[in-house]
Amino acid sequence: MLAPRLIPCLDVKDGRVVKGVRFQNLRDAGDPVTQASIYQDQGADEIVILDVSATPEGKGHAVQTTAAVRQVLSIPLTVGGGVRSADDARVLLEAGADKVATNTAAVERPELLTEIAERFGSQCTVLAVDAAQRPSETWEVVINGGRKRTGIEVQAWVASAAECGAGEVLLTSWDRDGTRSGYDLALIRTVTSAIRIPVIASGGADNAGHLAEGLKSGAAAVLIASILHDGVTTVDSLKRQLLADGLAVRL
Amino acid sequence: MSGDVLVVPTGTANMASVVAAFRRLGVNLRQVEDTAEIRDADQLVVPGVGTFGAAMARIDEQGWREALAGRVEAGEPTLAVCVGMQLLAEKSDESTGAAGIGAVRGTIARFPDDVSVPQFGWNQVTPDPGCRFLKPGWAYFANSYRLTSVSDNWARAETDHGGAFVSAMERGNVLACQFHPELSGKWGSDLLGRWIEGTRSAI
Repeated sequence: MLAPRLIPCLDVKDGRVVKGVRFQNLRDAGDPVTQASIYQDQGADEIVILDVSATPEGKGHAVQTTAAVRQVLSIPLTVGGGVRSADDARVLLEAGADKVATNTAAVERPELLTEIAERFGSQCTVLAVDAAQRPSETWEVVINGGRKRTGIEVQAWVASAAECGAGEVLLTSWDRDGTRSGYDLALIRTVTSAIRIPVIASGGADNAGHLAEGLKSGAAAVLIASILHDGVTTVDSLKRQLLADGLAVRL
Repeated sequence: MSGDVLVVPTGTANMASVVAAFRRLGVNLRQVEDTAEIRDADQLVVPGVGTFGAAMARIDEQGWREALAGRVEAGEPTLAVCVGMQLLAEKSDESTGAAGIGAVRGTIARFPDDVSVPQFGWNQVTPDPGCRFLKPGWAYFANSYRLTSVSDNWARAETDHGGAFVSAMERGNVLACQFHPELSGKWGSDLLGRWIEGTRSAI
């Protein structure tokens, strides 16, 4: 039986880990190699690095960060941020990523998913989606780090992305990101019922109870950031609580 | 004679992870350049990501099939990972018409529809008592196809995903893993270490 996964996420800007609320007010949260290594030792199942640098110089850092983290990491590494072509994906894979996540660029040009999947396999191709709630239980895709609403329905987008070759979906609730108010469970249920590829739930986790809710709502994995970076808890502690709650995590 | 371990360039996408895993164990991985190196390498790694057919086509283009089959048959130090393991079978439902190396009887079939496909994540590996390298533990998988049985002359490990499948097998100094030891944390690193050390003494 596959174990539900706990995945610490490092948002990295210009080579440093940062954390904000609803993608804004970024504050420093350490060195990516040190942080990734600490979370690996705590029992993390994978690491996700999202590069949020806005400048071309920042992009250079993403490749360096990937290469440096790979040297210490013996668990899977997903890297996203600024991937606009299969060649951008190749550079990150060659630097040491196992999977590459695309977000805005895939919305603007869905063939990008197919290009990456055909060249490197669906197991390398992660679609990151930022979802904002609309009145009533529907969500729309937001891009450019939450600055632009697209009007595209999340459910339809993930279904078409899976057809295009995405092997996994990293689903972030824009409304909950960094708020520690729990995952948007209705969003998770809606998306996981629309596709068969695994969904990583993201945005809003504060405690093991939130993680358990996300996993029981259909997510194959949960992404955590703020609570780890602030030292509120550890991956190991969260996993022990999940195990006690009947979720067969890897310990 | 160099202390390098050689690796077959099967066009695998996560070569950097494999290289880094060996480097952490103090071993330098170097790509093979010709058929003689496939045949004569002290220790050889056959990684694989992508499809069965594409990987075999690449091996055949280079004329490496016989050298690979020969060393696996002789039980010479060879580590096959993911699709690299599947290549040891005769054929796969993934690429009908493509012929594998055929060191193992049986075919490769897709996971049943009632479980998540691909199998993405950590699953438990349970080896036969006869295994020399493999130990029980959690391993990281990323696969849609798997071997459901192997011929008796291989010691095997099993994992459950929609029923038991062969998650690894070993014979002589050959170790084949459906999972990714290079991404399986300390358990995977320890397994690589046992294979490197255990087969080095055989040289």
